[in-house]
Amino acid sequence: MSEPASVPVVRIRGVKKAFGNNRVLDGVDLDVHKGEVVVVIGPSGSGKTTLLRCINLLETYDEGSIQVDGVEVGFRDGGEGVRKHRHDRDLARIRADIGMVFQLFNLFPHLTARENVMLGLRKVRGRTPADAKQIAEQWLARVGLGDKFDSLPSQLSGGQQQRVGIARAVAMGPKVLLLDEITSALDPELVGEVLSVVQELARDGMTMIVVTHEMTFARDVATRIVFMDGGRIQIQGTPREVLSATGHDRLKAFLARIEMKHH
Amino acid sequence: MLYAIQSLPFLWDGLLMTLQVSALVVILSLIAGVILGIGIVYGPPWLYWPIRIYSDFLRGIPLLVLIFFIYYALPLIGVNFTNFMSVVVALSAFEAAHIIEVVRGAIQSIHRGQNEAAKAIGLRFTQRLLHVIAPQAIRRFLPPWINAVVDTVKGSALVSLVGIVDLTLAIQQVIGRTYVPMPLYILGAIMYFVINYILSSASRALEARFAYIRE
Repeated sequence: MSEPASVPVVRIRGVKKAFGNNRVLDGVDLDVHKGEVVVVIGPSGSGKTTLLRCINLLETYDEGSIQVDGVEVGFRDGGEGVRKHRHDRDLARIRADIGMVFQLFNLFPHLTARENVMLGLRKVRGRTPADAKQIAEQWLARVGLGDKFDSLPSQLSGGQQQRVGIARAVAMGPKVLLLDEITSALDPELVGEVLSVVQELARDGMTMIVVTHEMTFARDVATRIVFMDGGRIQIQGTPREVLSATGHDRLKAFLARIEMKHH
Repeated sequence: MLYAIQSLPFLWDGLLMTLQVSALVVILSLIAGVILGIGIVYGPPWLYWPIRIYSDFLRGIPLLVLIFFIYYALPLIGVNFTNFMSVVVALSAFEAAHIIEVVRGAIQSIHRGQNEAAKAIGLRFTQRLLHVIAPQAIRRFLPPWINAVVDTVKGSALVSLVGIVDLTLAIQQVIGRTYVPMPLYILGAIMYFVINYILSSASRALEARFAYIRE
């Protein structure tokens, strides 16, 4: 675990969000420190994906605070204690430091693998074409796609596309990486190649928040597991503590359902 | 047949006028339609509703009524266009209303995950539009837009009704002098067809060029 004195990379306090009458987040507090891999588990509808999407403001939140590296993500100070929504330009700058990998990959279909990774480096980081190309190729090689630079997404398997998605996110040098059920859309035999890339990033000290249903992966890679249900964090701790928690009924029921699905 | 050949230079001038009106309208309606189309997709409600009403209203009235309105009615409230300008404005306004819908459809056909991924790497609005949305939307935009261009060329025949000597009016004037309608109408029809056939062929070539984008 991280030293308590350090400032968390992500600091979430009392975050609430509702879609109409449906309260999706009901007061979430969470600190994620540098180098931590926090795996968020929970039944569908528990708010875990919404929480992740709030961190880079793909969803807005109604109440509370989310800070990334000390900067409030959702709001700016409107003076006299008034919170105002940030401008697009502001948000873009904040998002550039928060990597995200999506369940459905969301690669840009009109760009090659290399161009997918280069786009942010060129337009956001202001790298020269030669620089961006070199960085992109380095990362693509690291995720095992050294021979796919010029492939369009439609020419790649799901597992390969998702690895491009990871390369696109980490090439930006994010302070934290958000992974949103990144293996859920993959054929079972392709899950391993994607998770091993994530495992390697974890070993290199990348700070990550991971939403997943892969319990084996969670146990192996997490420094902390967070169980969410009903829009709140119900229990959190080391994988051993959480996955063997016998006293918590909702967690037990959830784990039993997951077990059944996988065996 | 001799008359037809003798009238060719005159028809040629008419054809040039048709092309001139069409080209001007295609450019103006493209600019207006794309800007308003982006406004209707991404704009706030106070921008959405005026554009929505404009687009629905203009698509709901006959083009001829619009031309007459701008040519005959606007001068009554002090807005005076030359007859050339009034038809260019009328046709452009009419086509822009259609292009708004084409732009809206093209943008909304793109999975929202594309915009989210573009946001996630830190692209600003104009960058997302330029580098992620537009290159994909253009494939859906082209076929209906070329249709609109063809409609514009054909619709430009209506300018003859406010006294502009385009291809259609030139043909009628020649017929008025010679009393041989058939060869001239056929000649005119062929000219319109050739223009539009070239446009459709260009469209197919363009579509093929963007076909590599698969979802």
